[in-house]
Amino acid sequence: MGSKMEENYYQKLWWEIIIATIGFSVIPLFVLGLVIYLQYSESYQAKITESLKTLAENRVGAIDLFFEERISQLTTLANTNPLEKLQEEDYLNRVFNIIQTRSKSFIDLGVIDAEGNHLAYVGPYYNILKGVNYKNEEWFNAVMGSGVYISDVFLGFRKIPHFIIAVLVREKTNIWILRATINSDIIENIVHAAQTGKKGDAFIINRNNILQTTPRFSGTLLSTPEAPNLSAATGISVEQIDYLGETSLYATSLIKNKKWVLVIKENPTEQLTPLLRARFITLLICGAGVLVIILGAVFSTRSMMKELLRMERKKAASEDLAMQSSKMAALGKMAAGIAHEINNPLAVIGEKAGWLKDLLREEDLGTSPNFEEFADAVNKIEVHVNRAKKITHRLLGFARRMEPVQERVNLNDILDDTIGFLENDARYRNIDIQTDFFEGLPSTTSDSSQLQQVFLNILNNAIDAIGKDGEITVKTSHLAKINNLAVEISDNGPGIPKEMVDKIFDPFFTTKTVGKGTGLGLSISYSIIDKLGGRMMVASEQGKGTTFTIYLPIK
Amino acid sequence: MDKFKVMIVDDELDFLETIIKRLKARKIEVTGAESGQRALEILAGQDIDVIVLDVKMPGMDGIETLRAIKERKPLTEVIMLTGHASVESGIQGMQLGAFDYVMKPVALDELLEKMRQAYERKLIQEGKV
Repeated sequence: MGSKMEENYYQKLWWEIIIATIGFSVIPLFVLGLVIYLQYSESYQAKITESLKTLAENRVGAIDLFFEERISQLTTLANTNPLEKLQEEDYLNRVFNIIQTRSKSFIDLGVIDAEGNHLAYVGPYYNILKGVNYKNEEWFNAVMGSGVYISDVFLGFRKIPHFIIAVLVREKTNIWILRATINSDIIENIVHAAQTGKKGDAFIINRNNILQTTPRFSGTLLSTPEAPNLSAATGISVEQIDYLGETSLYATSLIKNKKWVLVIKENPTEQLTPLLRARFITLLICGAGVLVIILGAVFSTRSMMKELLRMERKKAASEDLAMQSSKMAALGKMAAGIAHEINNPLAVIGEKAGWLKDLLREEDLGTSPNFEEFADAVNKIEVHVNRAKKITHRLLGFARRMEPVQERVNLNDILDDTIGFLENDARYRNIDIQTDFFEGLPSTTSDSSQLQQVFLNILNNAIDAIGKDGEITVKTSHLAKINNLAVEISDNGPGIPKEMVDKIFDPFFTTKTVGKGTGLGLSISYSIIDKLGGRMMVASEQGKGTTFTIYLPIK
Repeated sequence: MDKFKVMIVDDELDFLETIIKRLKARKIEVTGAESGQRALEILAGQDIDVIVLDVKMPGMDGIETLRAIKERKPLTEVIMLTGHASVESGIQGMQLGAFDYVMKPVALDELLEKMRQAYERKLIQEGKV
């Protein structure tokens, strides 16, 4: 009952310690992991955004530069050559060739007067375009108004994507337009350079959300892109947008010269792979940490509990011992008191008997018919006073264990006495105590009561070890060669595990549950035998039994 | 040498009477006292060679009496008689100058032997003085 409760208590304590240890270690670990991960994630996201922004800025810069170069080329051309010269198609052709040697993006070049008539044209579509009047075209009106015009991309007659740049030239009296068709390949190339990774995309849309370049995945030229409508973008911005169940990072930037919007799309999972790896590693480290903590907690708790149990046991044993010794002290006092009280009347009886004996000797009672009877009675009284005296002296000896007594002892007799004490208990448990005494065993000088204590202890242990149904053999022998007597006490109990055999003579070692045994019996026995000049040994085989052997010198 | 004076001090009167009778029957000059006080009174009046002194007595106990005796007559030998196998009181007695201690009940012959030894020691001590 008590041990059950104790077990529950230890179980509970065990769990409490484990949970506290794990809790206090795991929580900081997780907090640390989370904080590091979040910090890393934040800075990494910032870095991605920043690099995306830079990319967009960079591309837009390149496109703007391209536009500006073309415009300045045309402006320079228009302003350095008088209309009369440029009107001549031969001259225009020569100029066009010079321009083309530097930049292949010019497809054709035309000079148009204020009325929209083509004055001169150089290019592959001479026959189609030479006679065209542009007066009603949208771009014509726009260039007349603002001086410089860049068109959206269109396929035109040629079915290849291109756009036009037109600049207005005002001479003193003359107003005319220099118009060039430009292949959008270069812009395409600039934009394509921003198509990174496996799923990255980049394209340009106009203010009406129409694609001006061919995207990698998101639609075809001059259609609406398969992407959120970002045509209203103003400055540079990076946003994470869910579109058709796919989350992507979109960087947008406005092209200054031609209010187009450059869109760069990136797959965040692709960009964030290092971050995901960091998350994975963080989780892995946390997991491993938790595992280590749990293992550590279990191991340390186990050893702590072991230590606790050992100390508890030691405490219980010493309490036991203290109680035992106070019990013995009380008992001893009582025994001493009784012995003392009996010794006085015994002394009187002894003296009286002695006096009677004296009288019988002195007076001539030899003639009395009952003389023999008197003498015998007085002698008997003396004998029994002596007997009682022995008992009281033994009681006193028990009360105050004096110096070890040195007396002639016969081991066979002591063993007989000791077995006599235990026979009832043994019979009750169906344990047979067999004796194999050496006949004519020499006696020796020793302390019989201490020897009895030792034998009693070993026999008691043997009975406890067997429990029920078994056999104990007590054997004595005379080892003449080494002048020793030997006592062998064997049981057929469960035996002692190998690792414990070395410890059984240690003080406080016990296999019995806390409170049952003090673990002192065998250690006291060992020291008694040692003091008496003998040796005590143990041999045990698990499953077969245990044998204690005591050697005593013959003195 | 056998002629020596003995005093038995014991509060147990039956014991005292009987042992005196038995000692007298053995031609030993013996007196008895039933308390330490009385023993000191008797000792004041005459010289005693060996005193057999019970340790446990009401009033003045054996150890106290022993101390008083040794103060007055240091050469008087004392044998402590105890019903109690107390090594301590025995040793204490010896330290205070008692010759020996014996445990009750004691065989008279044994006690006589001790008395003789005590008397011998007394003679040796006196010789030295």
